[in-house]
Amino acid sequence: MTQILVIAEHDNLHLKAATRHVLSAAQAVGGPIHVLIAGFGCQPVVASASQLPGVGQVLHCEEASLAQGGAENLAQLVASLAAEYTHILAPATAFGKNWTPRLAALLDVAQISDIIRVDGPDTFTRPIYAGSLWATLRSSDPIKVVTVRPSAFEAVPETGGAAPVLQRPGVSDSKLSHRTQLTLTQSARPELEAARVVVSGGRGLGSAENYQALLEPLADKLNAALGASRAAVDSGYVPNDYQVGQTGKIVAPDLYLAIGISGAIQHLAGMKSSRVIVAINKDPDAPIFGVADYGLVGDLHTLVPALTAAL
Amino acid sequence: MKVLVPVKRVLDYNIKARANADGSAVELSGLKMSMNPFDEIAVEAALRLKEAGHAAEIIAVSCGVSACQETLRTAMALGADRSILVQTDVELEPLAVAKLLRELILREQPGLVICGKQAIDDDSNQTGQMLAALLGWAQATFASRLEFTPGAARMEVTREIDGGLETLSIALPAVITTDLRLNEPRYATLPNIMKAKKKPLETLTPQDLGVDVTPRLQWLRVAEPPPRKGGVLVSDVAQLVDKLRNEVKVI
Ligand SMILES: Cc1cc2nc3c(=O)[nH]c(=O)nc-3n(C[C@H](O)[C@H](O)[C@H](O)COP(=O)(O)OP(=O)(O)OC[C@H]3O[C@@H](n4cnc5c(N)ncnc54)[C@H](O)[C@@H]3O)c2cc1C
Repeated sequence: MTQILVIAEHDNLHLKAATRHVLSAAQAVGGPIHVLIAGFGCQPVVASASQLPGVGQVLHCEEASLAQGGAENLAQLVASLAAEYTHILAPATAFGKNWTPRLAALLDVAQISDIIRVDGPDTFTRPIYAGSLWATLRSSDPIKVVTVRPSAFEAVPETGGAAPVLQRPGVSDSKLSHRTQLTLTQSARPELEAARVVVSGGRGLGSAENYQALLEPLADKLNAALGASRAAVDSGYVPNDYQVGQTGKIVAPDLYLAIGISGAIQHLAGMKSSRVIVAINKDPDAPIFGVADYGLVGDLHTLVPALTAAL
Repeated sequence: MKVLVPVKRVLDYNIKARANADGSAVELSGLKMSMNPFDEIAVEAALRLKEAGHAAEIIAVSCGVSACQETLRTAMALGADRSILVQTDVELEPLAVAKLLRELILREQPGLVICGKQAIDDDSNQTGQMLAALLGWAQATFASRLEFTPGAARMEVTREIDGGLETLSIALPAVITTDLRLNEPRYATLPNIMKAKKKPLETLTPQDLGVDVTPRLQWLRVAEPPPRKGGVLVSDVAQLVDKLRNEVKVI
C-alpha cells in the first residue's frame, strides 16, 4: 500500500505551478495523496491546494520558523511526518533540491533526484550525464524520497478537488540559518519554466545591450519568457536565474528559440525536450542545429529584427 | 580554521557519456576523467579563504576507487595542504559518501565544508545537504558569494535560487555547496603539480570508519534517450515564420 506526501512549493501567497506537475507524478505512482503546506501566513496557498484534483488531504503547518522555506526547519518538519508515508515527493527546483537530501539523510534513505518517468511504485527513470543517458533505478528503501522534474509531467488542473484541511504542528526554529536579503528578478513576462514560448540568447549576442535590444521585442511579440546560456549569464548579459541547462533551469515549452547559442550538451540538457526548437546561428556546423527542428544560418543582428518584424 | 573540500572523480565534461554493451551501467573504461567542475570551484573558494587569512589548512577528501588519488593530487596541486582517500570499489551513493564524510569531519573538526552543488556524472545534487543533516549543521547550497568574518559565529552566503538571489546568515560550522558564479577556478602550475606529489595523502577504507556503504538503489537499465528527429534548415525568415504558423502551429 502506498501513501504519498507531496510537499508544495509556494511563497506563502501563491502555490507554485511546479506543485501541480509533481501531483501528476504522484498520481502515476498511485495511491492516496496528501499535500503539505508548510509556511507562515500561507492560508491563500492552503485554499488553492485544497482545490487541486486527486488530493485526499491537505496538511497545513503554520509556523514562523517555516516562513522562508529554509532547509533545516523544513526537512525536520517533514521528517517528523514521514513515518505515515511510503513516498515523499517534491519538485526538482531550487526549492526542492535544497532540502530533500536533508530529509533523506534524516530518514537514512537514498534520494532519487529529478525523475522524468514513473516506472512503478519503487522504480523511476532519471537523466544522468546532462541527459546523455537515462537511468532506471529501483529503490529498496521503505520510504522513497523523490524529486520530480516538473517539465516531464503534465500539470494537474488548478481546480476540481475539495480536500479537507488538517492543521499539524510546526517545528521550533533550529536557528541554524535565516534569510537576510532576497533579490528577485522583476519581470512582467511569463515564468521561464511555465512559459509556452521561450526566447533564449547566448554569447553570440555579444553584450547585455544587444541582448535587450534584440530579444526583448521578439519576446514581447511572442509573449515569451527570456532565457540564456551559461556563457550569457557569466558574461553578465542577464541575471543568473535566466540560465537554462544541466545546472540551470529545465524547460520544455512548445517553442524554444536558441539565438547565438552553440548548443553545448550542458545547454541542450535544459531544453531538448521542447516541442519545437528554432536555432539562429551564423555557424552552420553549430551543434544546436543537430537538435533544432528549424535552423536559420546567418547573422542574428539582422535575422532577429527581421523575425520580430515578420510576426 | 580548517576547511574540508570533498572532490569527486568524474568523466570529463567534454566527453559524451555512453551506456555499456549490456545497458547495465555507464561505460567509463579508457575515458578521460577529471575533477568535477563544481568541486574545482569549491577548492578555489577554500584557497581564497586561506589566502585571505581565514583558513589555516585545506583538506581535500575523495571517496571511491584508487584512481581518485589523481583527483586528490590535482586538489593539492591547486593548493590543498593534504588529502584523504576513502578507498572502495563499491559504487558509492550520495548517502554513503555523506556518511563517510561525516566520520572524517568528526575526526578533523573543520570549521567549514565546501562541496560542489552537484556532480556532473549522476547530477544528483544531494551530498552536501545530506552531510549537513547528518552533522546537524547549517547549510547554504548553490552559493555565488561568501562573506566570512573572522571570529564570528555566523557567516553570510548568497545563493542562486529560482527567482533570483537570496542571502542567508548561517551558523558555523556549516556546509556550503558551490554554484557556477562563485569564482573562476585557477589552473595548477607545473611547479605546484610537482610539489603536490610530496604532500600527504592518507588512505582509509569505509570499514576503518565503521560506515556501511551498501547501495540502496538497484540500477535496472542505462540507455540513450529517444533521439530527436532531425530538423531542416530554412532559407529565410519568411519561410521560418510560415513553418511555425502553418506546419507546427506554435505561433
Ligand atoms: C559544470 C558545467 C556546467 C554547465 N552548465 C551549463 C548550463 O546549465 N547551461 C548552459 O547553457 N551551459 C552550461 N555550461 C557551459 C557550456 O558548456 C557552454 O560553455 C555554454 O553553454 C556556451 O554558451 P553559448 O552557446 O552562449 O556560447 P558559445 O558556445 O560561445 O556559442 C556562441 C554561439 O553564438 C554564435 N554566434 C556568434 N555571433 C553570432 C552572430 N552575430 N550571429 C549568429 N550567431 C552568432 C556562434 O556561432 C556560437 O555558436 C556548463 C559547463 C560546465 C563545465
